[in-house]
This record gives sequence, C-alpha cells and structure tokens, in this order.
Amino acid sequence: MRAEVFARLLSERAAKRSVAILTNLQSGEQSLLGPSDEMGGLALSATLREAALRAIEQDSSRTIETEEGPVFIHVHSPPLRLAVVGAVHIAQPLVAMATVAGYAVTLIDPRQAFASDERFPGVAIMREWPGEALARLEPDHRTAIVTLGHDPKLDDPALDAALRSDAFYIGALGSERTQAARRERLREAGFTDADFKRIHGPVGLAIGARSPAEIAVSIIAEMTQARRQPGALAGRAGAGAR
Amino acid sequence: MVGSVHKAPVEDGVLARAARWRQAGKKVVLATVVTTWGSSPRPVGSQLAVSDDGAFVGSVSGGCVEGAVISEALEIIEKGGTRLLEFGVTNEQAWEVGLACGDTVRIFVEKIEEG
Repeated sequence: MRAEVFARLLSERAAKRSVAILTNLQSGEQSLLGPSDEMGGLALSATLREAALRAIEQDSSRTIETEEGPVFIHVHSPPLRLAVVGAVHIAQPLVAMATVAGYAVTLIDPRQAFASDERFPGVAIMREWPGEALARLEPDHRTAIVTLGHDPKLDDPALDAALRSDAFYIGALGSERTQAARRERLREAGFTDADFKRIHGPVGLAIGARSPAEIAVSIIAEMTQARRQPGALAGRAGAGAR
Repeated sequence: MVGSVHKAPVEDGVLARAARWRQAGKKVVLATVVTTWGSSPRPVGSQLAVSDDGAFVGSVSGGCVEGAVISEALEIIEKGGTRLLEFGVTNEQAWEVGLACGDTVRIFVEKIEEG
C-alpha cells in the first residue's frame, strides 16, 4: 500500500466517511475510492467503480473477477453508532461494553448530576434534551438508539426521534405496563402499531439479566442480532429487561 | 469500573496502531482476509498488522494461521511487495501451521510503503 493511500485511508476514517480500497490480487495494484474522487495505481473501469459503490452502500467487502484478475474491494465504513438516552447506572456498563464492541457511543442526558464526567469518564456526552440531541446526531441505518431514562420526559422525545429515523435498533427499558402506556402515548402522537413494533421493549434478549452489567450484555446481544439476523427478532420483542 | 476502554474502539485498533508504529519509524506489513470458504472465524476484511520488530495487532483467523502470516510478513517487510496466501484443509501448508478448524482463507499481505 502506498504511503499516500494509507494516509488518505486514515484521514477518511477519522472524518467518518465510507471509502473502499480496491486491490488487484494478482498485480498488487491498488486504488482508494472516496466519496468524490479516487487515488492510486489501479485503473478503475466503470464496472469496477460501480461494484465498489455498491459494496460501500451494502457495507460489505468482496472479491470480484475482472479481465485483469481478481479485485478485492475492501469497504471501510465508519463505526456503528449507539445513542444511549439516560445517564443511569445501566448506562455505565452499556457504554463501556458497546465501545469494546466497536460502537461509537454518545450518551444523552440533560441532567448534569447524572451525565457527569466523573460517572462517565472519557465518554462523549450531550447534555441536552434527547429530541434536540438526536436531531443533531442524525441517526441512520447504522445507528442504534437505546432509552434507559425510565421517565417519559426523557424517553418519549427520544423514541419520537428514533421512530422518524432509519435506526437499525431501537430499545426501550421498561416493564410491559410501561410499554403499554408508552404505546398509548405514541399512538396519540400519531404513530402506528407498525412503528411501535420497531421498539424492543422490555429491552434486551431474555437471558434472565438482573444486574446492570448483565442487562448491558442482553442489550448488546439484541443489537447484534438486529444487525446480523434481522429476521430472528420478529415476534420476540418484549422479552428483556424492565 | 468504566475506565480507559472508552477511547479507542477495538475495531479501529489495527490501522490506528499501524499508523503509530509508522510514526515511530517502524516498518509495517498489513494482512487482510480477502476470501473465506466454510466457517472461517474472521470475516472478509479482517486485518492483522505486523511491525518490523515482530509485534502484531488484530487477527485473520481464530489464531491458527497468524504465525505463518507473520513470518511471511517479516519476509517482505524489508524489500516490500505483496503476497497472496491461501490456507485450507486441502493445503499441506495448512496442516503444518495447524489449520484444523476446517475452513479455508485467502489472505493478502502487503507492505505499507515508507514515505
């Protein structure tokens, strides 16, 4: 890999932009395809460029055969994002474990006493109301949103914003009774039952989690399943932590 | 309890570490899983970086071919160039390095050029 291609790859990753590195596995020739340009020694045909753009869109690396030999398309996407609403006790292990799992985590809570640097050292914190914070975060199909507030004042605006986004996972802490009341409020706000079904609540896979750390494990497991086995979760909502 | 783990997402570790090695004047080789058949433990795109003092970060398998990949990496770390390695149960070399997990992987090895 040329030094300038490596440097460019690092700067694109730092800027959280998706790029692809294309490598001819026979010749070793290589080019980087960015959002608006390309650089490197491998000439990109229209077919190759199209295949790379598709790979970037699908967030999946692959090898394709060309007349000049096999070309590996390596997609480098920014990390998945997780927005955690409510700087409560469960948020502490959840933020730590999700970071290890590769998520770029943002913690949202307007209450200074909860969202303190002492309780969450080194964590990206937005100390504002969840509706405004999520509007600025612009959640997309590579974002998960989990509400832990146990308080409609915090959680409802967050779920409102989450349901209007393409977030691949929406989880909400709270008992069946809490979820039923939440469903009524969301219905009054104009959301349908299909919208409500996107919310995983009680949150997390049913593994009998009790402690904050165990609940964090169950939430990350459910987020993983939502991403890797999207079909498996159908009809399973409501099994997790209250 | 929630300590320094927040600052560096694990998946970003390989390229970031490679960059730090280069800043420290070390030579670095990158190995990338480009194809898998069967139940390979690491998906396509997984990377391993090796520095000229033999340190490595990341992985390209469950641990069974890393040793062989690292020795290939150290062979090209001075003179540069690229290699395409294949490990599988039908490959004699795979038995030598102990790829008993039943999968096949193709790994592209390249030096990050100096400069």
